[in-house]
Amino acid sequence: MKKVQFKSKYIPYLFVFPQMAIILIFFIWPSAMAFYYSFVLEDAFGISSRFVWFQNYQDTIFNNDYYSSIIFTFVFSALVTLFSLSVGLLLAYKTNNIIKAKGLYRTLLMWPYAIAPAIAGLMATFFFSESHGALYDFLNSLGWKFDPKSDPFDAQVMLVFVASWKQISVDFIFFLSGLQGIPKSIMEASLIDCKSAVKRFWTIVFPLLAPTTFFLLITNITYSFFDTFGLIDTTTRGTPMGETRTLAYKIYQDGFLGADIGGSSAQSVILLLFVLIITIFQFKYLEKRIHY
Amino acid sequence: MIIAILMFLVPVWVIFASSTHTPETILNQGLQFLTGDNFLHTYSSIFFDHTGYTKNVTAARMLLNSLILAVGFATGKVIISSMAAYAIVYFRFKMANFLFWIIFLTLLLPIQVRIVPSFEVLAHLNLLNSYTGLIVPLIASATGTFFFRQFYKSVPEELLEAAKMDGANSWQFFIDILVPISKTMMAALFIVMFIVGWNQYLWPIMMTTKPEYNTILLGIKEIYQSNFEGSYLPEFNRAFAMIIVALIVPVSMVIIFQRWFIKGLVDSEK
Repeated sequence: MKKVQFKSKYIPYLFVFPQMAIILIFFIWPSAMAFYYSFVLEDAFGISSRFVWFQNYQDTIFNNDYYSSIIFTFVFSALVTLFSLSVGLLLAYKTNNIIKAKGLYRTLLMWPYAIAPAIAGLMATFFFSESHGALYDFLNSLGWKFDPKSDPFDAQVMLVFVASWKQISVDFIFFLSGLQGIPKSIMEASLIDCKSAVKRFWTIVFPLLAPTTFFLLITNITYSFFDTFGLIDTTTRGTPMGETRTLAYKIYQDGFLGADIGGSSAQSVILLLFVLIITIFQFKYLEKRIHY
Repeated sequence: MIIAILMFLVPVWVIFASSTHTPETILNQGLQFLTGDNFLHTYSSIFFDHTGYTKNVTAARMLLNSLILAVGFATGKVIISSMAAYAIVYFRFKMANFLFWIIFLTLLLPIQVRIVPSFEVLAHLNLLNSYTGLIVPLIASATGTFFFRQFYKSVPEELLEAAKMDGANSWQFFIDILVPISKTMMAALFIVMFIVGWNQYLWPIMMTTKPEYNTILLGIKEIYQSNFEGSYLPEFNRAFAMIIVALIVPVSMVIIFQRWFIKGLVDSEK
């Protein structure tokens, strides 16, 4: 915080008021409702409801659908994060070493940031569709009986592929700016001391990128958890057999389409706790980074 | 490198090329790699015709809605979060820490996860099918406030000392000194938030039951649904054209305002 500050009883509240009002009405209120619903069971017609303590949580946790959704979410996030981070890093490293027309390469690799997940999903439905999809034909011509409509595994492969494709540009942008932040003198010194480019990368460049990588790790996980919603909704919608539902998508399906408000709210609360843990972890790490 | 670049360009090119063919060609021969001669017809029909999938609204109307959402969201976010961050960084007051934590909390529960109660709140307030209902709830999250908080912290202390010595009050300091020096930061955040707003998907679906509030992304979704679930003759060329139209605005924003965009994206995360 600043050493010199204004002192006033009322003025600061005027400045934070707009944001606080919006948060109160559109964040705290609905979140409180979700919390309340998670302890309540409504009858089939939504007329009466009664307080059921942790019933909704029990129903959620002891449910096979929920397990498969958890497993899918974690495996999906891990793969998407791994693929998009490594490709993004590779491309950023290559681009940074290019001398001519660096800006052009940068532009050509960063524009996909602007593709909405929903649009990526729609494009994917065409490319992977049975009737006219180029990628569908290609995969089948390799001898793989690829069919995302009926085989859960194929559908999951497709989602991992499209979700990573969409995320590469974000990782690329951050890695490139991380690389450009490394002082030239360090790079030159390492060039003299170590001939192997691979070794130079892993012992000098990669450790210096650690903060960026860590930050991107968190970003990619949140992306896979939440932002892939549009992608899933425009491609598989959880089919086949509910095997492609992330936790966020299941909350939406159960609550809005399945009208199981209690169960959906209980899932929201559990997910909130999980995100809270990730965030605390992230902040602890960031604090450390500032102190050394 | 070239392969990577093509990996992104080719799919979009194929979609564009296919959009310039007639529906029959696409149906019989699949996706096209070269452009056809149906360009004008396809694109003028999605913009001006009230027929086909988008019975009630044209793509022009949906583009306008997307634009209103993106600009409204980005502007609101820049104004509201720069003010809140100002209060938190530049004032000594009791609730500062508490309020900061409240703002921080919003990061934990994205709108996807509290969608049902959010919908009910909006219904209570009679804000379904309105631009207010579309834009304002999305502004609640904290990213912008953090962005400005970080920037204000890096502003030299001497600036405020000097301003105080000259007798400026807190409002004058904000408007006459802080806002002008943070113009670049504001532009950067605006660009990033414009794209975030433009690409909103779930919230507009929930919020808008009347087609005249549909954004361009929802228009495409409708086309998708009628193609795969309905009994229309599949007019894929129109669907592809809509995809291209929905892409072109945010993509050109990123390319034209590249430097601000990178700054906004990278600096907001420190």
